[in-house]
Amino acid sequence: MPTGTPGDGFGLLSVLIFAPLVAAAVAACLRGDMVLRWWALISTSAIGLASLGLLNRFDPAGTGFQLAERMPWVRSLGIEYRLGVDGMSVLLILLTTGLAPLCVLGSWRYIGVRVKEFMVCLLVMETAMVGVFCALDFVLFFVFWEAMLIPMSLLIGVWGGPRRVYAALKFFVYTMAGSALMLAAIIALRLKAGSFGIPEMMGGGLSPEFQCWVFGAFLLSFAIKVPMVPFHTWLPAAHVEAPTAGSVILAGVLLKMGTYGFLRFSLPITPHAARMFAPWLMWVSVAAILYGGLAALAQTDMKKLVAYSSVGHMGFATLGIFSLTQQGVEGATLVMINHGITTGALFLVVGMLYERLHSRDLARAAGLGRVMPRMAAFLGVFCLSSMAFPGTNSFVGEFLVMAGGFSVSKVLMICAVPGVVAAAAYNLRMLQTVAYGGTANPDHGGIRDLSAREVITLAPLLVLVLWLGLQPAPVVELMQSSVTGVLGMVRPSNAMTLVP
Amino acid sequence: MTTSLIPAFLPELVLCAGALGLFVLCLGMGRVRAGAWVLLATGLLGVVAGGLTWGGEAMLFDGAYRVDGFSQSLKLILCLVLVALVLVSGELRDVREDIRGEYWFLLAASALGFVLVVSCMDILALVVSLELGSFPLYLAVATRRERAGQRSQMESAIKYVMFGVAANAIMLFGLGYLYGLTGTTSLPVMAARLRPLAETPLALAGIGLALAGLFYKLAVLPFQFWTPDVYEGASHETAGVIASLPKLGAVAVMVRWMSLAAPEGRTLPLLLGVLAAGSMFYGNLIALVQRDFKRLLGFSGIAHAGYALLGFVALDQAGAAAAVFYMTSYALMVLACFTVISRVSEDGRNVGIESLAGLHRRSPLLAATLLVGAFGLAGVPPFAGFMGKLALFTAAFDRGHGWLVVVAVINAAIAIYYYLGVVRAAFFGDPGDQPSIRLTPSTKVVCGGLIVGIVLLGVMPGRVLDGLTAVMSTTGMPAVAARGAGS
Repeated sequence: MPTGTPGDGFGLLSVLIFAPLVAAAVAACLRGDMVLRWWALISTSAIGLASLGLLNRFDPAGTGFQLAERMPWVRSLGIEYRLGVDGMSVLLILLTTGLAPLCVLGSWRYIGVRVKEFMVCLLVMETAMVGVFCALDFVLFFVFWEAMLIPMSLLIGVWGGPRRVYAALKFFVYTMAGSALMLAAIIALRLKAGSFGIPEMMGGGLSPEFQCWVFGAFLLSFAIKVPMVPFHTWLPAAHVEAPTAGSVILAGVLLKMGTYGFLRFSLPITPHAARMFAPWLMWVSVAAILYGGLAALAQTDMKKLVAYSSVGHMGFATLGIFSLTQQGVEGATLVMINHGITTGALFLVVGMLYERLHSRDLARAAGLGRVMPRMAAFLGVFCLSSMAFPGTNSFVGEFLVMAGGFSVSKVLMICAVPGVVAAAAYNLRMLQTVAYGGTANPDHGGIRDLSAREVITLAPLLVLVLWLGLQPAPVVELMQSSVTGVLGMVRPSNAMTLVP
Repeated sequence: MTTSLIPAFLPELVLCAGALGLFVLCLGMGRVRAGAWVLLATGLLGVVAGGLTWGGEAMLFDGAYRVDGFSQSLKLILCLVLVALVLVSGELRDVREDIRGEYWFLLAASALGFVLVVSCMDILALVVSLELGSFPLYLAVATRRERAGQRSQMESAIKYVMFGVAANAIMLFGLGYLYGLTGTTSLPVMAARLRPLAETPLALAGIGLALAGLFYKLAVLPFQFWTPDVYEGASHETAGVIASLPKLGAVAVMVRWMSLAAPEGRTLPLLLGVLAAGSMFYGNLIALVQRDFKRLLGFSGIAHAGYALLGFVALDQAGAAAAVFYMTSYALMVLACFTVISRVSEDGRNVGIESLAGLHRRSPLLAATLLVGAFGLAGVPPFAGFMGKLALFTAAFDRGHGWLVVVAVINAAIAIYYYLGVVRAAFFGDPGDQPSIRLTPSTKVVCGGLIVGIVLLGVMPGRVLDGLTAVMSTTGMPAVAARGAGS
């Protein structure tokens, strides 16, 4: 059982969690929109750089949770402040802290009103997101998990598009309703495991029937967050109405929390139930891949297109996870990271187009490539990445997922193929329309190509797309032993012996 | 008996002096401000007195009155709530002008009653103190200013009195049974003599009926009918008092009375569990369709009383501590909402959800207070309501009431919707041409204080919750059962 080294006091993880909160408190006292933007940019960049320290301190070969921190929080309830990371959470933390400064840059001009409140919400979000990936105490995890709701809903509801209030409320109600039963499951687990500590609950020493109940409660919550079909309906609404930074955070980080939940909780804590439900969930994942692909194909709104493509991509992630194979889970983790990079980039590009056109209609953007060649170049690479073209980041992940899936069920994977084709089709359609499509559009007069700031925003993502596409080995190495550890806990032989 | 120079009942003396001072003061006219200052000073001195007598233990009046960790904690909480209430009430704009001075006296007398009740170990003293706390509030409901188209305060006051008196009669009837069974009015003696009889129908009927009076104050099904009407009919200030002080007092008395029940009995937990589930569903489902903010809080109050009962279903110290913690946080959160109501309504009229529209532009601080209060009530982390619910659910689950916890989380999910409706109006609504709201310094203080309190109780509940759990050992509640020792 991975328990990690007992640590104490404040460490790097706590710094990463609370630095954004401190930055938010400072931001609340600052005046002047430009000052606030710069402050948010500087603080998020500094946190992003500090998070690179994780790579130094984290030992990829080690098993269990590292950089552990542990102290009592509420003694009478047995709640601890307990942190720790494994390979998968390190990657997701880096993704979060890396996207944060890009979100600030992407909102530089987009957000013109209430800049202070916006930046405070963004920074508070970062605290909660990093906290979710570090928490090793279930109550701590739940607090961070739910603490995201308020700032995220405000981001959508205050700075969003025309139907923002509807989208914000839908997001809130869906997520909150989903996590209600999770709370009950957490309390039930505590009774069995004796504490709220997540590592103590792992290993599957619970009766099969109890595992099914807990798995079901978690499934509802995580399936909504991922989102898995049929719980996806909040996603297009939230994505479309959210401001650019909100969409980037939603797609880049929030959706990963569902799949992270499966990997961190569902598989190790309820292995028996996970094995039992895995075939069904693989079918649901394939349904999501097909549905997301076909729905994206039908969209005329660019943001909606990217939103539905997310449903499909996340289908790959859940497919890989529930294949319960080493390749599949590694692939799923890669898909999670890559989707954050690629979809985040696509949302940024769409946001930049929206700033110029005040429309997200694909037809209005037709032929923009003529006046915006730099934008077209970026969009080209990101679209190729989104369709998992070899040489880009997404290819590696989806290939591993397919390979893992094939070893489980060939029929299933053949069923998923149309989804892959659809992904190529909708991405090429968007790229073709925006870059080359239509005749000279009179609306496009006076539109400027990407500014230096916008190029700086997109460039890091472009580098990551190509680097991870050509050289994925370091990332895979980082998580390999963690994935092996998780799968080791799901193995039937291991779990069944512990059943009382 | 403590040998120190400070009498163990110093908080009571302070409040008593304050109440008498206010009585003298309100013989003259137009002394609203002076009254507010006196009561504020009384509350603050009460807090100090509570702190000074902290940790002391004493038996007074032949064992009828007991000062212990539990009672002093509750007194401290009650005095803090009193201070907040005085600040929230402010100028008493919605109370009839000629009796505003008297209003402060009523509030002081009521607070004194509830401060007394937490120490009572004799059922006669307990009933008398409980009535001392309740009667001023019956009057306070009727003090709302009359204006064209609004005379519901009299109806509300009559309802409040009638229901209250009926519930008290049932409570006295139940206490009569208990006295008949044991031949004593002293709670500890009664608990000891009742122990072998605890599962007999007569004892259960006695305890169940005796709880009626407390259910009425907490607004638990089936004694909840007065709640929405009284909230709606009473002035905002009075409704705030009714939502906080009596509920805290009732929870405290319930802790004392639950020591009468058999720790391993099944009947009483079943009764409480059914009532809790009923209250939660009743309150939350009806609150979904409310348009008036105060009525909404009334119905949600019924649901919250249901949550608090979960702690008593557990019948152990952890559960009782969780219930007291929850009611304390509830008092803070509901006061945050009433602060907003009383500041948004300029002339004391009731506030519909839609009139909160765009509050964040009219007054960011009030909107933030509302956000924290409403999400706290909804049980969203990191606010106090979440930790309270977690403590209650854990306590109930540990004693094998998993079904009740599932019912409660479903209810928490239902409740999100209407709290969200309130926040939605305040943050996403359009204020139209309504002017911005100017806040007095005292309002700012109370808003800031409530926000800090709600967040602190949510983020760092450790000291308070651990402290309450520790003092529960003095109440005669059964100790924590073997909890979660792996299965």
